[in-house]
Amino acid sequence: MTVQTERPPSGPVDVAKRAESGPAGPGRRAASRLGPLTPYLLLLPACAATVLLLGWPLLKDVLLSFQNLNMAQLIQHVTEWNGIDNYKEVLTGEDFWRVTLRSILFTAVNVVLIMILGALVGLLLARLGRRMRVTLMIGLVLAWAMPVVAATTVYQWLFAQRFGVVNWVLDKLGWHSMADYSWTSSQMSTFFVVTVLIVWQSIPFVAINLYAATTTIPSELYEAASLDGAGGWQSFTTVTLPFLRPFLYATTFLEVIWVFKAFVQVFTINGGGPDRLTEILPVYAYIEGVGNQHYGMGAAIAVLTILILLGLTAYYLRIVLKQEEEEV
Amino acid sequence: MKRSLFGRLWPNVTAVVLFIGFVFPVYWMFATAFKPTGDIISEDPVWFPTDITFEHFKRATGVDHFWTYVTNSLIVTLCAVVLALVIALAGSFALARMRFKGRRGFVIGFMLAQMAPWEVMIIAMYMIVRDASMLNSLVPLTVFYMMMILPFTILTLRGFVAAVPRELEEAAMVDGCTRAQAFRKVILPLLAPGLMSTSLFGFITAWNEFPLVLVLNKETEAQTLPLWLSSFQTAFGNDWGATMAASSLFAIPILILFVFLQRRAVSGLTAGAVKG
Repeated sequence: MTVQTERPPSGPVDVAKRAESGPAGPGRRAASRLGPLTPYLLLLPACAATVLLLGWPLLKDVLLSFQNLNMAQLIQHVTEWNGIDNYKEVLTGEDFWRVTLRSILFTAVNVVLIMILGALVGLLLARLGRRMRVTLMIGLVLAWAMPVVAATTVYQWLFAQRFGVVNWVLDKLGWHSMADYSWTSSQMSTFFVVTVLIVWQSIPFVAINLYAATTTIPSELYEAASLDGAGGWQSFTTVTLPFLRPFLYATTFLEVIWVFKAFVQVFTINGGGPDRLTEILPVYAYIEGVGNQHYGMGAAIAVLTILILLGLTAYYLRIVLKQEEEEV
Repeated sequence: MKRSLFGRLWPNVTAVVLFIGFVFPVYWMFATAFKPTGDIISEDPVWFPTDITFEHFKRATGVDHFWTYVTNSLIVTLCAVVLALVIALAGSFALARMRFKGRRGFVIGFMLAQMAPWEVMIIAMYMIVRDASMLNSLVPLTVFYMMMILPFTILTLRGFVAAVPRELEEAAMVDGCTRAQAFRKVILPLLAPGLMSTSLFGFITAWNEFPLVLVLNKETEAQTLPLWLSSFQTAFGNDWGATMAASSLFAIPILILFVFLQRRAVSGLTAGAVKG
């Protein structure tokens, strides 16, 4: 009986029978007896999956990072522990620090652009008339919905050296040296394409959510502000901005995570090239580990990457943890 | 308060420019896919295709194993989403409706799990799957995709479950339902929109996933559509027609789902993200 109360009845017949048996059936009492355990049982599958499918790979990653694991060891299935050698090699090498700095700069530039432009588009949405707003929303949603791999391919075509639209437009605008420009030939131009792609795809999320948030601001607040003599800019800084602050924090946090992990865009556009100059941390870990078959090294880089990501998001995580504590 | 002509005009002009900027890449993908090759490689771009052709689509779908990729993608994505929904539904119900020790810990745990950097854990996942002799199989892909979307699904559904008035559930129980029955007959129907929008994001994540399948499944029989799409650059050289046709085919299901479900989905997303 106790087990039955845990599971939904198997069929409609079952339901009908149980419903007839009245409110004071024995199932009730059994449920209350089981009460304290029920939430844990309900959470058990999710926790088991998390431990097995997320916890284990994480642990495995840490373990691998202390092993000398290259092609030879991989084929022969041998485990060679080598202590902190991988970390020593990674941390004393120049590459890792250069890539780390590059990743952080890349993330910062993208997130700042996304947040500022996204917020501006969001505020614009709030100001537009209904018809214009819906039109712009449709455009935003289309960009947002484009699958990343497809979007990356499209951007390669837009920025193609031959017959690419971007080069054609630049040429027509009088910038004739760009007519046959190869965007993947240098570090900055590759990053430029990746950044345009990421910003284009991320603005809609920020803009549409920000617009949705502004619609929940009570209009009394604006009325009160204008009674107090606040102008447009003042009512923006005293009403709109404070109201949107939690939302802006949360979105920035999400964007930091998303941009920092932008493996697919960077990897597909140019494979981290030219000359490995556009490798960001996830791509670096992949190319060192899988590409160059230094699996142990790759694992060490991965562990360090995770720590850096935690560091970057620590500030917001602390806020959220506190919030969650107050709420319960 | 009347705004000047300029004050009324600039938001609309900006909106039009932005609209073009956001839509153009999507438009250009479809336009290129339908254009004859002569129009694609012309010195001046053909902005509006006049001769429609399906040859690029034929070439894109004519590659070996195309239908294997499609079936694999569908199987993996749908199984992952359904599994995640079932597991998450139970968990989110507990988190939203019940009081118990450690509840906060669970929520925080799932929030941390949500930011798991899967892209950098690929080496470890490869080793685990290889040691289990399950490379080139759809099973590891399915369960890992399920895990990638599970934390998000739980947290979002928690918001949706919490939004269902407790009184409805209590009323059902007064009328003689057990808690499980109340859940099935009262809460579940009300949750339907939430389930749909949550599964939309799960669907997109799994449908798009690229690095893991790239490393785990080297054999074409076990590959999915993202790999098919990325293979065009090399397979066809610079055959932009076929590449864009492939991109269009890959994007269409997502675009359609998204445009229909987006409004509901957004509220769910923020409920999950902002409130934790």
